[in-house]
Amino acid sequence: MINILKIELFKIFRKPRTYIGFAAIAFIVTVVNLGFLFEGDQLLGFLLDSLKEKFYLNGKLINAYTMSFIILNSLWIHLPILIAITAGDMLSGEANHGTFRLLLTRPISRMKLLTAKFFAAWIYTVLLLVFMIGYSLALGYIIFGVGDLIVVKSAISIIASDDVLWRFGYAFLYGILSMTTVTSLAYLISSYAESSIVPIVGTFAIIVGLTIVSTLGYALIAPAIPYMFTTYLPSWDIFFQMEMNQEKLVRAIWVNLAYTAAFISISFYHFKNKDILS
Amino acid sequence: MTTEKYLEFDNVTKQYENFTAVSGLSFSVNKGDIFGFLGPNGAGKSTSIRMLLSLITPTSGDIKLFGTPINQDRNSTIAQVGALVEKPDFYPYLSAERNLDILARLSEVENRQAKIDEVLDLVGLTERRDSKVKTFSQGMKQRLGIAQTLLHSPKLVVLDEPANGLDPQGQVDMRELIVRLNKEQGITIIISSHILNEVEQICNRMVIINRGKSVVEGDVAELLTGSKMKVMLTTDDNEKAMSIIATSDPAIEMKKLNEEKISLQIERESVPNINNLLINSGIKVYSIEPIRSLEEYFIDKTK
Repeated sequence: MINILKIELFKIFRKPRTYIGFAAIAFIVTVVNLGFLFEGDQLLGFLLDSLKEKFYLNGKLINAYTMSFIILNSLWIHLPILIAITAGDMLSGEANHGTFRLLLTRPISRMKLLTAKFFAAWIYTVLLLVFMIGYSLALGYIIFGVGDLIVVKSAISIIASDDVLWRFGYAFLYGILSMTTVTSLAYLISSYAESSIVPIVGTFAIIVGLTIVSTLGYALIAPAIPYMFTTYLPSWDIFFQMEMNQEKLVRAIWVNLAYTAAFISISFYHFKNKDILS
Repeated sequence: MTTEKYLEFDNVTKQYENFTAVSGLSFSVNKGDIFGFLGPNGAGKSTSIRMLLSLITPTSGDIKLFGTPINQDRNSTIAQVGALVEKPDFYPYLSAERNLDILARLSEVENRQAKIDEVLDLVGLTERRDSKVKTFSQGMKQRLGIAQTLLHSPKLVVLDEPANGLDPQGQVDMRELIVRLNKEQGITIIISSHILNEVEQICNRMVIINRGKSVVEGDVAELLTGSKMKVMLTTDDNEKAMSIIATSDPAIEMKKLNEEKISLQIERESVPNINNLLINSGIKVYSIEPIRSLEEYFIDKTK
């Protein structure tokens, strides 16, 4: 099993497409940081205009934490497509290349192969998250240093600089959970597809589609919204509220776990019984 | 003495929603065979090969590898099989050696590097071992495909159209390699091929399938010698040659193919006699060529 996992990781990191996600994140984080370095006052002024009318804001408002929070906010919805590029290719890529004929005529069971492939995709997802949070914090620290974090959501929270890092840590852990759900969705579509483009587009379409539907909040589908996994994709920001909504957090964890279990089970059941015709 | 059976298909059927790919197929491959698996396009050859490798699940019937049903102890039986199924596909972004290394690791091959070196040498790809597979020609991929079947020293090798993409010299080399593997290493080989000449030259047993069913199975030489040999004769005077042959043996079947060529269906032993007869009658015999008997036989059985 470890042997197959190593092989799958080796294959992932030998494919040029694997680095698209890392390159895209590096580019965006760098551009946003440089943008704030050169035009920070103007950009922050635009963001905080309404606040300035009522509050006097003083201190190092542009700092590593603010930058990372802004970047997380912007990238969270785009991250699934970067994950789907690799997770969606795990099974459909083999079908597309015709290499299942090589793998499945070796003395390994389909279940072992599927498990190893899923864990390899999951490890890639975790590494992408580590890179996103780690790089944005590191670059922000190098350019701006640290400071208090102002979070403007339904309420305004000002979090002291020494109270921020653990929040990023938990946001990262929650991110692993929610992106594991995304990984398993891409993996499920990949088990049915024979071309990598289908799981990439399919995963993104499902996430965008469900997000739009839940945002519109039609009465007909309103009761289903708390049970959609997409509802909880941005729930990492719970950790940046002064009073954490624990009830929402627990629900988010259960919904993510339930969807992940369902997506993986269906993909395993389907692939175990699938005729390899590619 | 009983012959050890390496592969047995017993009344195997594969039914898809709206068509039957394989219907009640039965045949067996013995230890030491070079076994020809023949059939026209769409006959069910690839489906059968995929079923024996458990890539496809049969709808009904039994398949045994080395006497064990394929769904029992699958991993230990498949470990003794090497297979090249349809076209040779590899990871294009990896080198030939890396591709083989992955497959050797999956098969838990001991002395991996030595075995990779050996099979690359065997198929003549040592110099290209570090080249990415995406830069390979079809013929090179085919040779790499053969190499991967031998990595784990299998007892049975299944080759689906092994000469595909090879140039004439490559085809000859391939035939020689197959015979060598069979004779020197005792590997039992199943060849699915459209090149009947190839099968006729190297296979000792064969099955012909058509529309998913076995049409005939047996010893190649016995099946072919059951019918008379067909030859094509080219002379300077075909009318006169036909008249002389008909007078000497009215039972010989003759057909004028065109102004230059006549086809004859005769016993093998009669070929030199006919040649002598024509030369003694003053007719110049330019050529006597056998018309491939397996080709005739195949067309007859699958039409």
